[in-house]
Amino acid sequence: MVASRVQEHPGEGRYGQARAMLRGPAGAGPGSSRGGHAGVVAVTFWEYVSDQQDRLRGLMVEHAQIVLTSVAIAVVLGVGLGLLTYRTDRPRHAVLAITGVFLTIPSLALFGLMIPPLGLGTKPAVVALVMYALLPIVRNTITGLRGVDPAIVESAQGMGMGRGRRLLRIELPLAWPIIVAGIRVSTQILVGIAAIAAVINGPGLGKDIFRALARVGTPTALNQALAAVLGIVILGLLLDVAYLVIGRLTTSRGLRD
Amino acid sequence: MIRLEGVSKRYPGQEKPAVEHIDLDIPEGEIVIFVGPSGCGKTTLMKMINRLIEPTSGRIFIQGEDVTSVNPDQLRRRIGYVIQQIGLFPHMTIGDNIATVPKMLGWDKGRIDTRIDELLELVGLDAKTFRKRYPKQLSGGQRQRVGVARALAVDPPVMLMDEPFGAIDPITRDRLQNEFLRLQAEIRKTIVFVTHDIDEAIKMGDRIAILREGAQIAQYDTPRRILSAPADAFVADFVGAGASLKRLNLSRVRDVPLSFWPTVVVGTDRAEVLSILRQSDKGSLLILDAENRPLRWVTARDIDRDDIPLEEAGLEPEPIVERQATLQDTLNLMLDSSHGAVLVVDADGGYLGTVDFATVAQAIQGMRREARDQLRAEAVELSETRDLAPP
Repeated sequence: MVASRVQEHPGEGRYGQARAMLRGPAGAGPGSSRGGHAGVVAVTFWEYVSDQQDRLRGLMVEHAQIVLTSVAIAVVLGVGLGLLTYRTDRPRHAVLAITGVFLTIPSLALFGLMIPPLGLGTKPAVVALVMYALLPIVRNTITGLRGVDPAIVESAQGMGMGRGRRLLRIELPLAWPIIVAGIRVSTQILVGIAAIAAVINGPGLGKDIFRALARVGTPTALNQALAAVLGIVILGLLLDVAYLVIGRLTTSRGLRD
Repeated sequence: MIRLEGVSKRYPGQEKPAVEHIDLDIPEGEIVIFVGPSGCGKTTLMKMINRLIEPTSGRIFIQGEDVTSVNPDQLRRRIGYVIQQIGLFPHMTIGDNIATVPKMLGWDKGRIDTRIDELLELVGLDAKTFRKRYPKQLSGGQRQRVGVARALAVDPPVMLMDEPFGAIDPITRDRLQNEFLRLQAEIRKTIVFVTHDIDEAIKMGDRIAILREGAQIAQYDTPRRILSAPADAFVADFVGAGASLKRLNLSRVRDVPLSFWPTVVVGTDRAEVLSILRQSDKGSLLILDAENRPLRWVTARDIDRDDIPLEEAGLEPEPIVERQATLQDTLNLMLDSSHGAVLVVDADGGYLGTVDFATVAQAIQGMRREARDQLRAEAVELSETRDLAPP
């Protein structure tokens, strides 16, 4: 995906947003708005969307980027942790417990907790999102690997396949459909949670939601929030379809129904 | 060929060793069966040969080489391995499954392809149809054959088989056992075969090691000797009642005289067919095709009706066995057949004759007589020793 920085303050457009509406969880201080169009009469939602479509598309790409970046990192970490722990009881339980705890931390709080060590912006947002994405990926990796028929592993070993080859050629491919399902769940979770990243100045459609929240009551606030939510839902659906296709293409025909 | 010297296996925390100090010689080109009650350590003993289980002490030689210190993965690539669940890789095609070991040994693609076709034909599967299929598209029997083909991929001199026919229905199992014996007559591998089924052991083994707890060898002998001269009460118990009947598993169709059955070649005039049937003492007659293969069983009524050609009248020509079938299998088939006879054919399906109850009964009588003579000889021997013993 191509990186595209969305202009924070589109200068033109009837509904160009006020600068600095959004700085931190409080959703900006009191009306520092310059050049807002408070006087504009309500327009329909679709008029709003078509007027803002370039900017919305840009936000959506940003949103997808932060989600996919976080998922990619979580896959490397999660599958790695799964591989390291699936055969030993205690480390396995520990990893599942810890990643489970991550998922229970309220998102607003977790993003807030990122500020002291990492500051604001994309980096802390990605770290928080990776934490949320870990559990489904780790758990499915472990479940998938442990679900491989021991007879198959034994026959591989009996034919002279060493540990590494067995893992790469036999166990991972057999566990793969379940691992992909875990990655898919993580992605779905992140598409929603990534919106909250806006509270620490993270990228994506969340920015519009928080801007709108800060301006509740103004004519465009509702449209702005709805458009961002719609964008998130559409992105979720698109990614889900992508995963179905990827899952199918990367799963052996011998394993499909 | 394979020699075990003082091989033991102890698991930490267990008082009794799973296997204790075993010495065993397995001759080249033979099927040696490890048989015994469950938990006797037979599988442990077998798995120490390819070091899936590392022996605690003792040495194992294959073709004179001490394999207890070589790289276990390299060793296993030289030993065919078939397990009960077969363990085909479900995400790979049949061809890729068979190619597993050749690929690890770095064979080139052309050689691997040729070998896959060769092996599939060897185990009786059409290479074109099967090499692109996945395991789930195969029946249990077909998977078992692929398992054997995969184990034979690099033509290893030694094969280990852990209850290879255990998970297959009895009828298919009989057929696969017979096929495997025919295959073995061709390939002459040194095979270690584990089973808990004494009948299978008697049928498949050139030699049987009967194991008791701790993998102690109670008797290591040919099936015939184990049946006729069990070493002790444990072996006698394990072989069970009806040891003489079990010898039906040792006798094969080629060992008994075949009986006559009236036959005609397809195309013979109906009146003549009828007269041949009338002159025989049988109620039905066998129609053979132009290549001498059994085609139909027909009765006088089938011959009489003109509306169906003779080659479609009557019943399927069943049951059919080949000459290497055991009398046990033959008797089982006979009990299910409506004619009281089993057709015997050669490898090309050509009709040779039949086996009937009288033949099998005679064989059983012979075995009973042999067993009785043996018991009498023992009685004489024992009474002589008693007489000689000082009072």
